[in-house]
Amino acid sequence: MTAFPRTELGKGPRIGPFSPDPLPLTGLMTKKKRSLRHMKPYFRFLTIVAALGLALVMGAPLRAQDGSPPRIVIDSGVIEPMPIAVPTFVDEGGAGDYARELSRVVASDLVGTGFFREIPEEAHISRVTSFDGGVAFEDWKAVNSQVLITGAVSAAGDRITVKFRAYDVLNGRAIEGAALQFAGTTAGWRRMAHKVADVVYAKITGEGGYFDSRVVFVAESGPKNARLKRLAVMDYDGANVQYLTDSSTIVLAPRFSPTGDRILYTSYETGFPRITLMDVGSLDRRTLEEQPGTMTFAPRFSPDGGTVVFSLERGGNSDIYALNIRSGQLSQLTNTPSIETAPSFSPDGSQIVFESDRSGAPQVYVMPASGGEGQRISGGEGRYGTPVWSPRGDLIAFTKQNAGRFHIGVMRTDGSEERLLTASFLDEGPTWAPNGRVIMFTRETSGGGGQSSLWSVDITGRNLKQIPTEGPASDPAWSPLLP
Amino acid sequence: MTIAPKALLLLAALTLAACQNPDRYGAGGAGAGGAGGAGGYIDSTGLGDPSDPRSIAYFNQTVGDRVLFAVDQSTLTAEARSVLAGQAGWLNQNPGYTVLIEGHADEQGTRDYNLSLGARRAAAVQQFLVSQGVAGNRMKTISYGKERPIEVCSEEACYAKNRRAVSVLAVGAGV
Repeated sequence: MTAFPRTELGKGPRIGPFSPDPLPLTGLMTKKKRSLRHMKPYFRFLTIVAALGLALVMGAPLRAQDGSPPRIVIDSGVIEPMPIAVPTFVDEGGAGDYARELSRVVASDLVGTGFFREIPEEAHISRVTSFDGGVAFEDWKAVNSQVLITGAVSAAGDRITVKFRAYDVLNGRAIEGAALQFAGTTAGWRRMAHKVADVVYAKITGEGGYFDSRVVFVAESGPKNARLKRLAVMDYDGANVQYLTDSSTIVLAPRFSPTGDRILYTSYETGFPRITLMDVGSLDRRTLEEQPGTMTFAPRFSPDGGTVVFSLERGGNSDIYALNIRSGQLSQLTNTPSIETAPSFSPDGSQIVFESDRSGAPQVYVMPASGGEGQRISGGEGRYGTPVWSPRGDLIAFTKQNAGRFHIGVMRTDGSEERLLTASFLDEGPTWAPNGRVIMFTRETSGGGGQSSLWSVDITGRNLKQIPTEGPASDPAWSPLLP
Repeated sequence: MTIAPKALLLLAALTLAACQNPDRYGAGGAGAGGAGGAGGYIDSTGLGDPSDPRSIAYFNQTVGDRVLFAVDQSTLTAEARSVLAGQAGWLNQNPGYTVLIEGHADEQGTRDYNLSLGARRAAAVQQFLVSQGVAGNRMKTISYGKERPIEVCSEEACYAKNRRAVSVLAVGAGV
């Protein structure tokens, strides 16, 4: 019935043509991010195959047989993961292990969201041997796959080209806009896989992607009473770790600039806590505020990257200040005898959410970006801290301490609809994925052997999971989506 | 049988030495006067004989180098004020020393808040010492928040000791 050549049914599992040897991955101390030339629109989607009737094959319990594309609505409650197939990408010359590894990262990204489950390759009854050849939709329906992602990889020297196409299996057609080609360096191969997954995720959920992003964090070692800390960055999924500092001095709470090229953090390098600005490419760093007798901490960029808001402590009192990075002009935004800290801009730059204990216990307040009294928005029981404005502008994530437990939660920007997403001995310091749908945070276990690790959770509270890191880790901060 | 007490004293001195260096939390720590930059010199200060009332060892052990705080509080207790009055008296009699006041918090709280809280505690100590006649230019404060607990259990017994402000002496005339 299909117009395309197709593999015979029942061919059974097959062994991939690539050796299982580990790839020579990006070096640990890669100095600069590799740039990728990408997103060149490449393929128009295939003409629609007359496929509406084919969905009956095998009685697969799949939905969307009315011609509507595969769709996941993230805000809806419990979601049955959408079955996908990501057969090993086709080697179109010199791809070697990259073909398989790329397809694995694509599948891992999508499955890792909790919205997809993968039909394992062993179960596939059809194999993809040609990227531009036809797709045997019936074979993919037969294994209950709702979405099929095919790809092809070619490499020469340190250049690699990846193309992919995602299919709506039930309707027997390519998913519109989900066929692209990326070209870049082999060192950036994981980024290309993340970009493939980002496009598919975006097409199916209607949300922006977040896989092609980095996370800066504090890598920890040593005992609890003499913890060593150093800055590190990694892919959002824990791969490709690079260390940015050594552990000779305490470093805390790094934050990415809106363009991902600079990092703000708090360092004890001068002997006292000081906010410090680092260029991610060169690793050059400088202390931003050095007034004697003061301590500066909790820095964060403005959305335009030109201003830093932070806490400045003098004589035991912490207030929030803004510093224009270029001019060096400093302005005081709060002026109270209570603790004001943890400022975070709204994405339009007009407001700042922060933490204050002016009411007697830490709570969350919102004030204009120019400063002022601020209005309290947190109202539930317990103590609220480390508020962070979502990049979408709709929610504020926070740390809540109540009845001996810590929670990561979200609420609307007026404080309504508070929702606690996690609970443990110590959860703190949420950071938003670039699409505002996932939050990463620090979880620390109790006791003398207590250690920190990084976790992520959806804003619906689903898909709580630990991010794999080489050792204990804390204070994650997500980068924007990489260009 | 005089060996054992001497050994104990030596041990005590060594143990204290570990706590005495203002650089103890990192190679980049400032010296006593805040003069040491990153990788700068490391002060070495003789602890002296704890039986000598003018020694740092005496200050640390007999006068008491630290005060403790209630949960979330930076208010000085009566006991803390008594210890600090002793510190002030000692500092006023021994003008050749500067003091770095470290404020600390227990682990129950966010990093940012605990940094602020530790700073409040250090400042409370500084203000009290100033009120007792210690020159402000002999003192500096620093907060470690919850970064440097001395006790590691996750129980009140440990938390109580971690909610502290420690006066760390160094030789110097102040700035």
